[in-house]
Amino acid sequence: MNKTWWKILGSVLVIYTAIAGLLLGVPHLPILNETIRNLYFHVPMWFAMIVLFSISVFYSVRSLSSKSEIDDIKAVESVNAGIIFGILGLITGAIWAKYTWGQFWSFDPKQNFAAISILLYFAYLILRNAIDEEQKRAKISAIYNIFAFPMMVVLLFVLPRLKDSLHPGNGGNPGFNSYDLDSRMRMVFYPACLGWILIGYWVYTIRFRIRTIETIMNTPTVDEVNGVRDSFVTAEDRSITNENKQQHN
Amino acid sequence: MQLAKEVKYLIHKEVLLEWRSKYTINGVLLYVVSTIFTCYLSFVSLGDKLTWNALFWIIMLFASINGVSKSFLQETKGQQLYSYILASPAAVLISKTAYNTILMLVLTTIALGFYTLVFDSFTPPDLVMYYIAVVLGSISFSTVFTMVSAIASKAGNGGMLMAILSFPIIIPVLILLIKLAKNAVDGLPWENSYDEIAMLLVVNVLMVATSLLLFPYLWRD
Repeated sequence: MNKTWWKILGSVLVIYTAIAGLLLGVPHLPILNETIRNLYFHVPMWFAMIVLFSISVFYSVRSLSSKSEIDDIKAVESVNAGIIFGILGLITGAIWAKYTWGQFWSFDPKQNFAAISILLYFAYLILRNAIDEEQKRAKISAIYNIFAFPMMVVLLFVLPRLKDSLHPGNGGNPGFNSYDLDSRMRMVFYPACLGWILIGYWVYTIRFRIRTIETIMNTPTVDEVNGVRDSFVTAEDRSITNENKQQHN
Repeated sequence: MQLAKEVKYLIHKEVLLEWRSKYTINGVLLYVVSTIFTCYLSFVSLGDKLTWNALFWIIMLFASINGVSKSFLQETKGQQLYSYILASPAAVLISKTAYNTILMLVLTTIALGFYTLVFDSFTPPDLVMYYIAVVLGSISFSTVFTMVSAIASKAGNGGMLMAILSFPIIIPVLILLIKLAKNAVDGLPWENSYDEIAMLLVVNVLMVATSLLLFPYLWRD
Protein backbone atom coordinates (compact mmCIF):
# COMPACT_ATOMS: atom_id res chain seq x y z
CA MET A 1 0.00 0.00 0.00
CA ASN A 2 2.85 2.42 -0.73
CA LYS A 3 1.14 3.87 -3.77
CA THR A 4 -0.63 7.21 -3.61
CA TRP A 5 -3.78 6.33 -5.53
CA TRP A 6 -5.70 5.15 -2.49
CA LYS A 7 -4.81 8.29 -0.54
CA ILE A 8 -6.18 10.43 -3.37
CA LEU A 9 -9.23 8.18 -3.61
CA GLY A 10 -9.85 8.50 0.14
CA SER A 11 -9.56 12.28 0.09
CA VAL A 12 -11.79 12.63 -2.96
CA LEU A 13 -14.42 10.35 -1.45
CA VAL A 14 -14.45 12.23 1.85
CA ILE A 15 -14.69 15.62 0.13
CA TYR A 16 -17.45 14.23 -2.09
CA THR A 17 -19.43 12.90 0.86
CA ALA A 18 -19.02 16.14 2.78
CA ILE A 19 -20.50 18.12 -0.14
CA ALA A 20 -23.02 15.58 -1.41
CA GLY A 21 -24.03 14.59 2.11
CA LEU A 22 -25.09 18.15 2.87
CA LEU A 23 -26.60 19.02 -0.53
CA LEU A 24 -28.25 15.92 -1.99
CA GLY A 25 -31.82 15.11 -1.15
CA VAL A 26 -32.74 12.80 1.69
CA PRO A 27 -36.01 11.08 2.62
CA HIS A 28 -38.05 12.98 5.20
CA LEU A 29 -38.75 10.83 8.20
CA PRO A 30 -40.49 11.94 11.38
CA ILE A 31 -38.22 13.08 14.27
CA LEU A 32 -35.06 12.53 12.21
CA ASN A 33 -35.83 15.08 9.47
CA GLU A 34 -32.59 16.57 8.18
CA THR A 35 -30.47 15.05 10.97
CA ILE A 36 -30.59 11.85 8.94
CA ARG A 37 -27.54 13.27 7.15
CA ASN A 38 -25.52 12.42 10.23
CA LEU A 39 -25.55 8.86 8.90
CA TYR A 40 -22.81 9.94 6.47
CA PHE A 41 -20.60 11.43 9.19
CA HIS A 42 -21.32 9.34 12.30
CA VAL A 43 -21.52 5.74 11.11
CA PRO A 44 -18.33 5.76 8.96
CA MET A 45 -16.35 6.73 12.12
CA TRP A 46 -17.31 3.41 13.71
CA PHE A 47 -16.47 1.50 10.55
CA ALA A 48 -13.04 3.15 10.44
CA MET A 49 -12.54 2.42 14.15
CA ILE A 50 -13.46 -1.25 13.78
CA VAL A 51 -11.13 -1.63 10.80
CA LEU A 52 -8.24 0.01 12.68
CA PHE A 53 -8.81 -2.09 15.81
CA SER A 54 -8.94 -5.23 13.66
CA ILE A 55 -5.62 -4.24 12.09
CA SER A 56 -4.28 -3.80 15.61
CA VAL A 57 -5.41 -7.27 16.69
CA PHE A 58 -3.90 -8.75 13.53
CA TYR A 59 -0.51 -7.22 14.30
CA SER A 60 -0.79 -8.15 17.97
CA VAL A 61 -1.29 -11.79 16.99
CA ARG A 62 1.63 -11.51 14.61
CA SER A 63 3.90 -9.85 17.15
CA LEU A 64 3.27 -12.70 19.60
CA SER A 65 4.81 -15.17 17.18
CA SER A 66 7.28 -12.95 15.30
CA LYS A 67 8.40 -10.93 18.37
CA SER A 68 9.28 -8.10 15.99
CA GLU A 69 9.22 -4.53 17.23
CA ILE A 70 7.69 -3.33 13.96
CA ASP A 71 4.56 -5.41 14.51
CA ASP A 72 4.24 -4.03 18.03
CA ILE A 73 4.50 -0.43 16.81
CA LYS A 74 1.92 -1.17 14.12
CA ALA A 75 -0.46 -2.59 16.74
CA VAL A 76 -0.18 0.39 19.08
CA GLU A 77 -0.39 3.01 16.34
CA SER A 78 -3.51 1.51 14.82
CA VAL A 79 -5.07 1.59 18.29
CA ASN A 80 -4.07 5.26 18.59
CA ALA A 81 -5.65 6.06 15.23
CA GLY A 82 -8.71 3.94 16.07
CA ILE A 83 -9.27 5.79 19.35
CA ILE A 84 -9.37 9.11 17.44
CA PHE A 85 -12.18 7.73 15.29
CA GLY A 86 -13.96 6.28 18.30
CA ILE A 87 -13.96 9.66 20.04
CA LEU A 88 -15.13 11.37 16.83
CA GLY A 89 -17.91 8.78 16.62
CA LEU A 90 -18.98 9.56 20.18
CA ILE A 91 -18.90 13.32 19.50
CA THR A 92 -20.86 13.15 16.23
CA GLY A 93 -23.35 10.85 17.94
CA ALA A 94 -23.69 13.21 20.91
CA ILE A 95 -24.28 16.26 18.68
CA TRP A 96 -26.93 14.33 16.76
CA ALA A 97 -28.50 13.19 20.03
CA LYS A 98 -28.75 16.81 21.21
CA TYR A 99 -31.06 17.62 18.28
CA THR A 100 -33.13 14.46 18.25
CA TRP A 101 -33.16 13.17 21.83
CA GLY A 102 -32.70 16.56 23.48
CA GLN A 103 -29.50 15.78 25.36
CA PHE A 104 -25.87 15.31 24.40
CA TRP A 105 -25.54 12.29 26.65
CA SER A 106 -28.70 10.55 27.75
CA PHE A 107 -27.10 7.32 28.97
CA ASP A 108 -28.54 5.36 26.11
CA PRO A 109 -27.14 1.80 26.08
CA LYS A 110 -25.45 2.36 22.73
CA GLN A 111 -23.68 5.47 24.00
CA ASN A 112 -22.63 3.76 27.22
CA PHE A 113 -21.28 0.63 25.56
CA ALA A 114 -19.39 2.64 22.95
CA ALA A 115 -17.81 4.69 25.73
CA ILE A 116 -16.85 1.52 27.64
CA SER A 117 -15.23 0.01 24.56
CA ILE A 118 -13.14 3.17 24.18
CA LEU A 119 -12.19 2.75 27.87
CA LEU A 120 -10.90 -0.73 27.02
CA TYR A 121 -8.41 0.76 24.62
CA PHE A 122 -7.40 3.50 27.04
CA ALA A 123 -6.66 0.69 29.49
CA TYR A 124 -4.52 -0.92 26.79
CA LEU A 125 -2.50 2.28 26.39
CA ILE A 126 -2.07 2.65 30.16
CA LEU A 127 -0.92 -0.96 30.40
CA ARG A 128 1.74 -0.14 27.81
CA ASN A 129 2.91 2.86 29.83
CA ALA A 130 3.17 0.74 32.97
CA ILE A 131 5.83 -1.57 31.53
CA ASP A 132 9.32 -0.32 30.79
CA GLU A 133 10.96 -3.31 29.21
CA GLU A 134 10.21 -3.26 25.48
CA GLN A 135 9.99 -7.00 24.75
CA LYS A 136 7.81 -7.59 27.78
CA ARG A 137 5.64 -4.60 26.94
CA ALA A 138 5.10 -5.86 23.40
CA LYS A 139 4.13 -9.32 24.63
CA ILE A 140 1.83 -8.38 27.51
CA SER A 141 0.04 -5.57 25.70
CA ALA A 142 -0.49 -7.81 22.66
CA ILE A 143 -2.09 -10.39 24.94
CA TYR A 144 -4.38 -7.80 26.51
CA ASN A 145 -5.29 -6.42 23.10
CA ILE A 146 -6.34 -9.85 21.83
CA PHE A 147 -8.16 -10.59 25.09
CA ALA A 148 -10.08 -7.31 24.92
CA PHE A 149 -11.08 -7.49 21.25
CA PRO A 150 -13.87 -10.10 21.57
CA MET A 151 -15.23 -8.13 24.51
CA MET A 152 -15.36 -5.00 22.35
CA VAL A 153 -17.28 -6.93 19.70
CA VAL A 154 -19.74 -8.09 22.36
CA LEU A 155 -20.05 -4.53 23.69
CA LEU A 156 -20.68 -2.89 20.34
CA PHE A 157 -22.66 -5.49 18.43
CA VAL A 158 -24.32 -7.92 20.82
CA LEU A 159 -25.25 -6.20 24.09
CA PRO A 160 -27.06 -3.17 22.59
CA ARG A 161 -29.47 -5.63 20.94
CA LEU A 162 -30.49 -7.04 24.32
CA LYS A 163 -31.28 -3.61 25.73
CA ASP A 164 -33.90 -1.04 24.80
CA SER A 165 -32.17 1.75 22.97
CA LEU A 166 -33.41 4.84 21.20
CA HIS A 167 -30.64 4.50 18.65
CA PRO A 168 -31.85 4.09 15.05
CA GLY A 169 -31.98 0.42 14.19
CA ASN A 170 -32.90 -0.58 17.76
CA GLY A 171 -36.23 -1.24 19.37
CA GLY A 172 -38.44 -0.46 16.37
CA ASN A 173 -36.74 2.83 15.52
CA PRO A 174 -36.06 3.14 11.81
CA GLY A 175 -32.56 1.87 11.05
CA PHE A 176 -30.36 1.83 8.04
CA ASN A 177 -32.36 -0.93 6.39
CA SER A 178 -35.37 1.31 6.10
CA TYR A 179 -33.36 4.14 4.56
CA ASP A 180 -31.74 1.59 2.35
CA LEU A 181 -34.78 1.70 0.10
CA ASP A 182 -33.70 5.20 -0.79
CA SER A 183 -30.90 4.80 -3.30
CA ARG A 184 -29.90 8.47 -2.97
CA MET A 185 -28.59 7.81 0.52
CA ARG A 186 -26.81 4.69 -0.54
CA MET A 187 -24.94 6.74 -3.17
CA VAL A 188 -23.36 8.81 -0.41
CA PHE A 189 -23.18 6.38 2.50
CA TYR A 190 -21.06 3.65 0.91
CA PRO A 191 -18.44 6.08 -0.51
CA ALA A 192 -18.35 7.79 2.90
CA CYS A 193 -17.54 4.51 4.66
CA LEU A 194 -14.84 3.60 2.18
CA GLY A 195 -13.41 7.12 2.21
CA TRP A 196 -13.17 7.34 6.00
CA ILE A 197 -11.67 3.86 6.27
CA LEU A 198 -8.98 4.88 3.77
CA ILE A 199 -8.34 8.14 5.63
CA GLY A 200 -8.11 6.19 8.89
CA TYR A 201 -5.63 3.81 7.37
CA TRP A 202 -3.65 6.77 6.06
CA VAL A 203 -3.55 8.37 9.53
CA TYR A 204 -2.32 5.05 10.89
CA THR A 205 0.47 4.72 8.30
CA ILE A 206 1.67 8.28 9.00
CA ARG A 207 1.65 7.66 12.76
CA PHE A 208 3.48 4.39 12.20
CA ARG A 209 6.19 6.11 10.13
CA ILE A 210 6.67 8.88 12.70
CA ARG A 211 6.95 6.30 15.47
CA THR A 212 9.50 4.20 13.54
CA ILE A 213 11.68 7.24 12.87
CA GLU A 214 11.46 8.17 16.56
CA THR A 215 12.43 4.66 17.58
CA ILE A 216 15.41 4.66 15.23
CA MET A 217 16.51 8.08 16.47
CA ASN A 218 16.14 7.05 20.10
CA THR A 219 18.16 3.88 19.64
CA PRO A 220 21.77 4.78 20.45
CA THR A 221 24.52 3.85 18.03
CA VAL A 222 27.62 1.95 19.16
CA ASP A 223 29.67 5.17 19.24
CA GLU A 224 27.07 6.90 21.41
CA VAL A 225 26.97 4.00 23.86
CA ASN A 226 30.76 4.07 24.12
CA GLY A 227 30.66 7.85 24.56
CA VAL A 228 28.25 7.58 27.50
CA ARG A 229 30.38 4.86 29.07
CA ASP A 230 33.51 6.96 28.69
CA SER A 231 31.86 10.01 30.23
CA PHE A 232 31.20 8.02 33.41
CA VAL A 233 34.74 6.75 33.64
CA THR A 234 37.13 9.53 34.69
CA ALA A 235 40.86 9.66 34.01
CA GLU A 236 41.47 8.89 37.70
CA ASP A 237 39.45 5.65 37.47
CA ARG A 238 41.43 4.61 34.47
CA SER A 239 44.78 5.14 36.21
CA ILE A 240 43.51 3.08 39.17
CA THR A 241 42.43 0.20 36.93
CA ASN A 242 45.77 0.37 35.14
CA GLU A 243 47.60 0.15 38.48
CA ASN A 244 45.50 -2.87 39.44
CA LYS A 245 46.33 -4.53 36.18
CA GLN A 246 50.03 -3.95 36.71
CA GLN A 247 49.82 -5.37 40.26
CA HIS A 248 48.09 -8.44 38.94
CA ASN A 249 50.69 -8.86 36.29
CA MET B 1 -5.53 -37.31 30.44
CA GLN B 2 -2.21 -35.83 31.47
CA LEU B 3 -3.89 -32.41 31.58
CA ALA B 4 -6.70 -33.66 33.82
CA LYS B 5 -4.16 -35.16 36.21
CA GLU B 6 -2.14 -31.95 36.35
CA VAL B 7 -5.28 -29.84 36.86
CA LYS B 8 -6.43 -32.11 39.67
CA TYR B 9 -3.05 -31.94 41.36
CA LEU B 10 -2.82 -28.16 41.05
CA ILE B 11 -6.33 -27.59 42.39
CA HIS B 12 -5.46 -29.86 45.29
CA LYS B 13 -2.33 -27.77 45.87
CA GLU B 14 -4.27 -24.51 45.82
CA VAL B 15 -6.92 -25.78 48.20
CA LEU B 16 -4.29 -27.21 50.54
CA LEU B 17 -2.33 -23.94 50.58
CA GLU B 18 -5.50 -21.99 51.26
CA TRP B 19 -6.61 -24.46 53.92
CA ARG B 20 -3.33 -24.10 55.77
CA SER B 21 -3.29 -20.32 55.90
CA LYS B 22 -7.03 -19.59 55.45
CA TYR B 23 -5.91 -16.07 54.59
CA THR B 24 -7.82 -15.31 51.38
CA ILE B 25 -11.11 -16.87 52.35
CA ASN B 26 -11.25 -15.32 55.80
CA GLY B 27 -9.91 -12.01 54.57
CA VAL B 28 -12.44 -11.67 51.77
CA LEU B 29 -15.21 -12.97 53.97
CA LEU B 30 -14.49 -10.31 56.57
CA TYR B 31 -14.28 -7.76 53.77
CA VAL B 32 -17.71 -8.75 52.44
CA VAL B 33 -19.32 -8.85 55.85
CA SER B 34 -17.93 -5.50 56.94
CA THR B 35 -18.88 -3.88 53.61
CA ILE B 36 -22.44 -5.19 53.89
CA PHE B 37 -22.60 -4.00 57.47
CA THR B 38 -21.29 -0.55 56.50
CA CYS B 39 -23.85 -0.37 53.72
CA TYR B 40 -26.57 -1.35 56.15
CA LEU B 41 -25.50 1.32 58.61
CA SER B 42 -25.41 4.02 55.95
CA PHE B 43 -28.57 3.06 54.07
CA VAL B 44 -30.53 1.70 57.08
CA SER B 45 -33.39 0.76 54.78
CA LEU B 46 -33.23 0.38 51.03
CA GLY B 47 -35.97 2.20 49.19
CA ASP B 48 -36.45 -0.11 46.25
CA LYS B 49 -35.47 -3.47 44.90
CA LEU B 50 -33.28 -2.01 42.17
CA THR B 51 -30.89 -0.44 44.68
CA TRP B 52 -30.88 -3.62 46.73
CA ASN B 53 -29.81 -5.64 43.71
CA ALA B 54 -27.25 -3.16 42.36
CA LEU B 55 -25.65 -2.75 45.78
CA PHE B 56 -25.26 -6.51 46.16
CA TRP B 57 -23.48 -6.80 42.82
CA ILE B 58 -21.19 -3.87 43.50
CA ILE B 59 -20.17 -5.44 46.82
CA MET B 60 -19.60 -8.77 45.06
CA LEU B 61 -17.55 -7.08 42.32
CA PHE B 62 -15.08 -5.54 44.75
CA ALA B 63 -14.95 -8.64 46.92
CA SER B 64 -14.15 -10.82 43.93
CA ILE B 65 -11.52 -8.41 42.63
CA ASN B 66 -9.84 -8.67 46.02
CA GLY B 67 -10.24 -12.43 46.25
CA VAL B 68 -9.41 -13.53 42.72
CA SER B 69 -6.57 -11.09 42.06
CA LYS B 70 -4.66 -12.88 44.80
CA SER B 71 -4.28 -15.91 42.55
CA PHE B 72 -1.38 -14.59 40.50
CA LEU B 73 -0.46 -11.32 42.17
CA GLN B 74 0.29 -12.95 45.50
CA GLU B 75 2.54 -15.68 44.14
CA THR B 76 6.25 -15.25 44.41
CA LYS B 77 8.60 -15.69 41.49
CA GLY B 78 9.69 -19.01 42.96
CA GLN B 79 6.16 -20.37 43.23
CA GLN B 80 5.47 -19.41 39.63
CA LEU B 81 8.64 -21.12 38.50
CA TYR B 82 7.63 -24.21 40.45
CA SER B 83 4.29 -24.51 38.68
CA TYR B 84 5.97 -23.60 35.39
CA ILE B 85 8.25 -26.61 35.66
CA LEU B 86 5.55 -28.83 37.07
CA ALA B 87 2.65 -28.38 34.67
CA SER B 88 1.54 -27.14 31.29
CA PRO B 89 0.30 -23.55 31.06
CA ALA B 90 -3.22 -24.73 30.20
CA ALA B 91 -3.30 -26.82 33.38
CA VAL B 92 -2.15 -23.85 35.46
CA LEU B 93 -4.82 -21.56 34.03
CA ILE B 94 -7.63 -24.12 34.27
CA SER B 95 -6.74 -25.04 37.82
CA LYS B 96 -6.54 -21.40 38.93
CA THR B 97 -9.86 -20.59 37.26
CA ALA B 98 -11.53 -23.66 38.74
CA TYR B 99 -10.15 -22.95 42.19
CA ASN B 100 -11.24 -19.31 41.99
CA THR B 101 -14.70 -20.39 40.88
CA ILE B 102 -15.01 -22.66 43.91
CA LEU B 103 -13.74 -19.89 46.17
CA MET B 104 -16.15 -17.36 44.69
CA LEU B 105 -19.08 -19.79 44.95
CA VAL B 106 -18.45 -20.29 48.65
CA LEU B 107 -18.00 -16.57 49.21
CA THR B 108 -21.02 -15.39 47.22
CA THR B 109 -23.26 -17.97 48.85
CA ILE B 110 -22.26 -16.82 52.31
CA ALA B 111 -22.48 -13.18 51.22
CA LEU B 112 -25.96 -13.65 49.76
CA GLY B 113 -27.10 -15.32 52.96
CA PHE B 114 -25.71 -12.52 55.10
CA TYR B 115 -27.07 -9.87 52.76
CA THR B 116 -30.61 -11.21 52.87
CA LEU B 117 -30.26 -11.50 56.65
CA VAL B 118 -29.20 -7.87 57.07
CA PHE B 119 -31.53 -6.33 54.50
CA ASP B 120 -34.33 -8.72 55.34
CA SER B 121 -37.06 -6.67 53.70
CA PHE B 122 -35.96 -7.62 50.21
CA THR B 123 -35.51 -11.34 49.91
CA PRO B 124 -35.82 -12.04 46.18
CA PRO B 125 -39.11 -13.81 45.48
CA ASP B 126 -37.44 -16.14 42.98
CA LEU B 127 -34.52 -17.32 45.06
CA VAL B 128 -33.57 -20.18 42.70
CA MET B 129 -33.19 -17.82 39.74
CA TYR B 130 -31.27 -15.35 41.88
CA TYR B 131 -28.95 -18.11 42.95
CA ILE B 132 -28.40 -19.09 39.31
CA ALA B 133 -27.38 -15.48 38.68
CA VAL B 134 -25.01 -15.66 41.65
CA VAL B 135 -23.45 -18.90 40.36
CA LEU B 136 -23.03 -17.46 36.86
CA GLY B 137 -21.58 -14.33 38.42
CA SER B 138 -18.99 -16.31 40.36
CA ILE B 139 -17.95 -18.19 37.23
CA SER B 140 -17.66 -15.08 35.07
CA PHE B 141 -15.84 -13.05 37.72
CA SER B 142 -13.29 -15.80 38.17
CA THR B 143 -12.72 -16.43 34.44
CA VAL B 144 -12.16 -12.74 33.70
CA PHE B 145 -10.23 -11.79 36.83
CA THR B 146 -7.93 -14.83 36.73
CA MET B 147 -6.64 -13.93 33.27
CA VAL B 148 -6.44 -10.20 34.02
CA SER B 149 -4.61 -10.82 37.28
CA ALA B 150 -2.11 -12.95 35.34
CA ILE B 151 -1.57 -10.03 32.94
CA ALA B 152 -1.30 -7.52 35.80
CA SER B 153 1.15 -9.71 37.72
CA LYS B 154 3.39 -10.09 34.67
CA ALA B 155 3.28 -6.34 34.12
CA GLY B 156 4.63 -6.11 37.66
CA ASN B 157 2.38 -3.28 38.83
CA GLY B 158 -0.29 -5.03 40.85
CA GLY B 159 -3.32 -3.33 42.32
CA MET B 160 -4.04 -0.32 40.14
CA LEU B 161 -3.48 -2.07 36.82
CA MET B 162 -5.79 -4.87 37.95
CA ALA B 163 -8.67 -2.44 38.41
CA ILE B 164 -7.99 -0.48 35.22
CA LEU B 165 -7.65 -3.55 33.04
CA SER B 166 -10.53 -5.55 34.44
CA PHE B 167 -13.28 -2.94 34.81
CA PRO B 168 -13.95 -2.30 31.13
CA ILE B 169 -14.02 -6.06 30.53
CA ILE B 170 -16.25 -6.88 33.48
CA ILE B 171 -18.78 -4.04 33.00
CA PRO B 172 -20.73 -5.79 30.19
CA VAL B 173 -20.82 -9.00 32.22
CA LEU B 174 -21.96 -7.05 35.27
CA ILE B 175 -24.74 -5.38 33.29
CA LEU B 176 -26.00 -8.79 32.14
CA LEU B 177 -25.79 -10.13 35.70
CA ILE B 178 -27.69 -7.20 37.18
CA LYS B 179 -30.37 -7.59 34.52
CA LEU B 180 -30.67 -11.32 35.20
CA ALA B 181 -30.76 -10.80 38.95
CA LYS B 182 -33.33 -8.03 38.53
CA ASN B 183 -35.58 -10.45 36.65
CA ALA B 184 -35.33 -12.77 39.66
CA VAL B 185 -36.04 -9.93 42.10
CA ASP B 186 -39.09 -8.91 40.09
CA GLY B 187 -40.20 -12.54 40.02
CA LEU B 188 -40.55 -12.68 36.24
CA PRO B 189 -41.18 -16.06 34.60
CA TRP B 190 -38.00 -17.93 33.67
CA GLU B 191 -38.52 -17.56 29.91
CA ASN B 192 -37.60 -13.88 30.20
CA SER B 193 -34.16 -14.69 31.55
CA TYR B 194 -33.01 -17.30 29.03
CA ASP B 195 -31.46 -14.63 26.78
CA GLU B 196 -29.23 -13.31 29.56
CA ILE B 197 -28.21 -16.78 30.76
CA ALA B 198 -27.28 -17.84 27.22
CA MET B 199 -25.38 -14.59 26.67
CA LEU B 200 -23.45 -15.00 29.94
CA LEU B 201 -22.52 -18.56 29.03
CA VAL B 202 -21.36 -17.44 25.57
CA VAL B 203 -19.24 -14.64 27.07
CA ASN B 204 -17.70 -17.10 29.53
CA VAL B 205 -16.87 -19.64 26.86
CA LEU B 206 -15.34 -16.82 24.78
CA MET B 207 -13.24 -15.59 27.70
CA VAL B 208 -12.03 -19.07 28.64
CA ALA B 209 -11.15 -19.88 25.03
CA THR B 210 -9.16 -16.68 24.47
CA SER B 211 -7.47 -17.09 27.87
CA LEU B 212 -6.42 -20.65 27.04
CA LEU B 213 -5.02 -19.51 23.69
CA LEU B 214 -3.12 -16.55 25.11
CA PHE B 215 -1.96 -17.78 28.49
CA PRO B 216 0.94 -19.93 27.19
CA TYR B 217 2.52 -16.80 25.67
CA LEU B 218 2.07 -14.88 28.88
CA TRP B 219 3.34 -17.66 31.11
CA ARG B 220 6.66 -18.11 29.32
CA ASP B 221 9.03 -15.36 30.42
